[in-house]
Amino acid sequence: MVGLEHYLIVAAALFVIGIFGIFLNRKNVIVILMSIELMLLAVNINFVAFSSMSGDLVGQVFTMFVLTVAAAEAAIGLAILVVFFRTRGTIEVEDANVMKG
Amino acid sequence: MTVADLAFYAFAIVTVAAALMVTLSRNPVHSVLWLILTFLSSAGLFVLLGAEFVAMLLIIVYVGAVAVLFLFVVMMLDIDFAELKGEMAKYMPLGLLVGVVIIMQLALGVGAWVQADGAMGLRGAVAPDPLQVENTRALGLLIYDKYLMLFQLSGLILLVAMIGAIVLTLRHRRDIKRQNVLHQMWRDPKKAMELVDVKPGQGL
Repeated sequence: MVGLEHYLIVAAALFVIGIFGIFLNRKNVIVILMSIELMLLAVNINFVAFSSMSGDLVGQVFTMFVLTVAAAEAAIGLAILVVFFRTRGTIEVEDANVMKG
Repeated sequence: MTVADLAFYAFAIVTVAAALMVTLSRNPVHSVLWLILTFLSSAGLFVLLGAEFVAMLLIIVYVGAVAVLFLFVVMMLDIDFAELKGEMAKYMPLGLLVGVVIIMQLALGVGAWVQADGAMGLRGAVAPDPLQVENTRALGLLIYDKYLMLFQLSGLILLVAMIGAIVLTLRHRRDIKRQNVLHQMWRDPKKAMELVDVKPGQGL
């Protein structure tokens, strides 16, 4: 029988993979943004698993809010990425150390 | 083992494997495609948990909007990705170390976790019986009643994100010629053209 712990383990694995992806793709901002999306997805799985197992709908409501913030974050992040690529001609994070436009 | 359990293991394995491929694949376009697979299979997990509305939202918002946005940016920017991937092996041991440490901490947390005695009494919104009130309807009754303020604020977040993205990426190029409508409208025909009577053999 699949219980709450199974879902928590899947979410934990997704979260760790997200962190691992940030370490592994130190230069590629696009993959770092995708790793952040993976971590937010892990949070969502936790929310929905607890919501379902304890019969409380608030978890699913807050999943929607996390989803909203994740979508906004992706949009803003990619916009910043496009502007950064226009000015510097690269997307390497290590180049992003000068606070000038 | 029931069908639901088998479905859970299938979806869970596909989710984790696709998430690993997101971080490991060499081509970012492939990463985005693996990300789409991750979201689809975790939507399957949500359906198994009885959260149909959130599952469909995940497919519509993530697969339909966010992943396409990623794909668009990856394909629009002209980046040499092979160069970016060069130092991947250098960071692999550190990443693995941090990953193992965090997964052990999370395993400790999950292993030692017990539900508090009064937890069931503290529920904010007890889910109604799914056979009588379906998931989407129950969520709607909750969002538009108890969490209306937060719902409106999340709409505001999206508005701010939209305006921010437009403001950031809007570029006014100066090296191209643009149409100035008012300038065209206010143009006076009398000043626009001058008739010169050129005498033969003299020129201007």
